[in-house]
Amino acid sequence: MAHKNQANKYYGVDEARKYTQNTRVIEVQEKCTERALELLALPDDTCALLLDIGCGSGLSGETITEQGHMWVGMDISPAMLGTALEREVDGDIMLADIGQGVPFRAGMFDGAISISAVQWLCYADTSNHKPAKRLYKLFMTLFASLSRGSRAVFQFYPENDSQVELIVSQAMRAGFTGGLVVDYPNSSKAKKIYLVLMTGGGGPLPSGLQGDGGNNNQALYQRRERMKQIRSGRQPKRAWIMQKKERRRKQGKEVRLDSKYSGRKRSDKF
Amino acid sequence: MKLITHNMLTSKGIKNVKEGFPLKIQADEVKNVDIDFDREFISRMIPKLDWNALTFAAQCVGHQEDLPDTLPEGYENDDDLLKKLHHILLEVEVINGCLECPETQRKFPISNGIPNMLLNEDEV
Repeated sequence: MAHKNQANKYYGVDEARKYTQNTRVIEVQEKCTERALELLALPDDTCALLLDIGCGSGLSGETITEQGHMWVGMDISPAMLGTALEREVDGDIMLADIGQGVPFRAGMFDGAISISAVQWLCYADTSNHKPAKRLYKLFMTLFASLSRGSRAVFQFYPENDSQVELIVSQAMRAGFTGGLVVDYPNSSKAKKIYLVLMTGGGGPLPSGLQGDGGNNNQALYQRRERMKQIRSGRQPKRAWIMQKKERRRKQGKEVRLDSKYSGRKRSDKF
Repeated sequence: MKLITHNMLTSKGIKNVKEGFPLKIQADEVKNVDIDFDREFISRMIPKLDWNALTFAAQCVGHQEDLPDTLPEGYENDDDLLKKLHHILLEVEVINGCLECPETQRKFPISNGIPNMLLNEDEV
């Protein structure tokens, strides 16, 4: 396939809006983002500075914001970014081609996530493009822009095993350690693949979730105990979220309705 | 584009560019927004910041009076400074204008607050 900028071509203005308003898409992105953030193993109760690679219309970014972090996003589709603007996302977004690298100073980010984006790099846009080269450029520059000890998590949809191999090998070439975490491997519907990359130190790779991906109380996933104490000067998560939502309402911004789920710990979902 | 992003952004993607930092800002339109103050976040960001690039950027957007020329000692306890930093890093956004690579003078337009960092095939 030799289409120009496949991701860009796919997400024209109408497509971008339709994609972003589809409730199933929203739900899947939210779940994937929450899982990716969990896999980042960020310190509790700290606002991190994260990079969202292939941020699109900001669906994943909104979840990052909800969890209390700052983010910078990159995407190749002006239409998707336009939709992100319409939705007034909190992250700072830019138009960029991730296959040209991640152009930031060394050690800036506390982590990076990418939801459903990196598989696009496996397709050569022009005869000059070499997918391996572009993937390597992405991973190499990403490695440099992450602070030591931090992680990058890529949730993606590979078309076949050779795409998985291509992506993983270029990431390892760039100096990352880590590997694949597969959730619900036996469910064709719920199966999700995450490439968890670490910049030295790291620790063991988390296990993938087992089961059918439904409301699964028997999930084997182990999670660090969240500290119940509140650090000095810091509010409990829910109070902070409610305050922020109130502020946004006063500013006339669109805010999701409050419910018993607002600010709820989300580990049980998985 | 917020100034926190400018403090991290380079034009290193262009071949033969060594540092590509800091990018010059031509700010045709600037907007102020309201962001919740997170003291700890700002304190943790400070060691990562390139202070000269920050004061340079503040100048470009017309906020140079807010910041001292060098980072003072004991900044973690200087609430006044932390709040000024919070404002300049997170609450000032360049809506229209452009960024310029200091080595090649290549311009990157900013419109609707979004910088266009796409490079041409012959630049990579």
